[in-house]
Amino acid sequence: MEALAVVAQGVTMTLLLTLSSFLLGAVGGIPLALARRSQIGAVRFVARAVIELLRGIPPLAWLFIIYFGIGTGAIELSSFAAAVIGFGLVASAYMAEIYRGGLTAIHEGQWEASDALGLSRAATLATVIGPQVLRVSIPAAATFAIGLLKDSSVASVIGVQDTIYWASHQSTVSGDAIVPFLYAAGLYVAMTIPCAWATRQLDSKLRKRVAR
Amino acid sequence: MTFFNDWVDYFPDLLSGLGVSLQLTLVTLLMGLPAGLLLALGAGSRNKAVRMISIGVIEIGRGTPALVVLQLFYFGLPSAGMTLTSFVAASLALAFTTAAYTSEILRGGLQAVPGGEVEAAHALGMARRDILRFVVIPQGVRIAIPPLMGFAIMVFQATSLAYTIAMPELMSQAYSIGSITFRYLSILTLAGLMYALITIPASSLSNFVEHRLARHR
Repeated sequence: MEALAVVAQGVTMTLLLTLSSFLLGAVGGIPLALARRSQIGAVRFVARAVIELLRGIPPLAWLFIIYFGIGTGAIELSSFAAAVIGFGLVASAYMAEIYRGGLTAIHEGQWEASDALGLSRAATLATVIGPQVLRVSIPAAATFAIGLLKDSSVASVIGVQDTIYWASHQSTVSGDAIVPFLYAAGLYVAMTIPCAWATRQLDSKLRKRVAR
Repeated sequence: MTFFNDWVDYFPDLLSGLGVSLQLTLVTLLMGLPAGLLLALGAGSRNKAVRMISIGVIEIGRGTPALVVLQLFYFGLPSAGMTLTSFVAASLALAFTTAAYTSEILRGGLQAVPGGEVEAAHALGMARRDILRFVVIPQGVRIAIPPLMGFAIMVFQATSLAYTIAMPELMSQAYSIGSITFRYLSILTLAGLMYALITIPASSLSNFVEHRLARHR
């Protein structure tokens, strides 16, 4: 049981890392999703290229590029900061695609109705379409967040002291290479279950407020 | 431009790493996909024990980070008396995760086969086994192809995790060159772009296939 206590030390870090990266991605995804639908072709192209690159390169490679490539040069980054930036960037790209899917789910007539009411495009987006897109995006975003929670384990490679970091630590100290990792596996599963439950609750509450 | 000089100098080393990453992806898929199909069939089995075990394996496989499974296989199994090379450990670990995820994709595909066809096959007197083999599986797998291709791309990205068990794949090669030359930024960026060079065309291909298959329905 002592080993479990050691491994569980990392749970807070795993949750903190996941939450910070997800928030960064949820915010960063908005401009990317909008740029992806821009009326200017060049902006659309750049947004698409950025999204493809962010999603096409493995998260571990991003962490290495940021932590070792950039973080050891002009700017010094802690491993946590590098991990949040790396996962946040990758999350922005995935969230942008989720928002884009959400945008297509909102009926075209709502743009026309807002136009007829004299709302500008920006005001329509901010007050009519945007809030609905966020609600429609919840299920996909939640699936992504749960995936992110598991992917965040990669940050241990650059030294972030999360759940699996402490599992490796414990296995080195105790010489037992099975039990600490089983504890880690159990803790990750235990963390994802309430996440899935909470999002189902949130979803059923917010879903009612979307006009189709 | 030292940046591009580095790229020219170290490209061959990274290319051999990319080869290892691709091999690992292939072996993982060859083991993981059939196992995924078995799990998908098991999860839909009429035998309660088979169903419960399959669902248990799927949930554990999907709930546990691939990195944890990898470490468990590479560091844990030797203490249980099984010493694996890093390649075998990595391919088994990734195949386990792959089987769990693809079983859900395949199950979706199998369920998308119209129920009427199964009833029609029953009416024709086909055995349950034959219905699966000749009616449900061929169509269900076909429906699942585009998402499976998408997942294969994720497996290729996940092979970078094998860095942690000292396998000479692309990420390890890039890191070790970086740590010798201190040219982390240029080398790691090149490695990242080499991943993208595979994943981006592959995901366009999977979109193309998705549109092609959708046309025939």
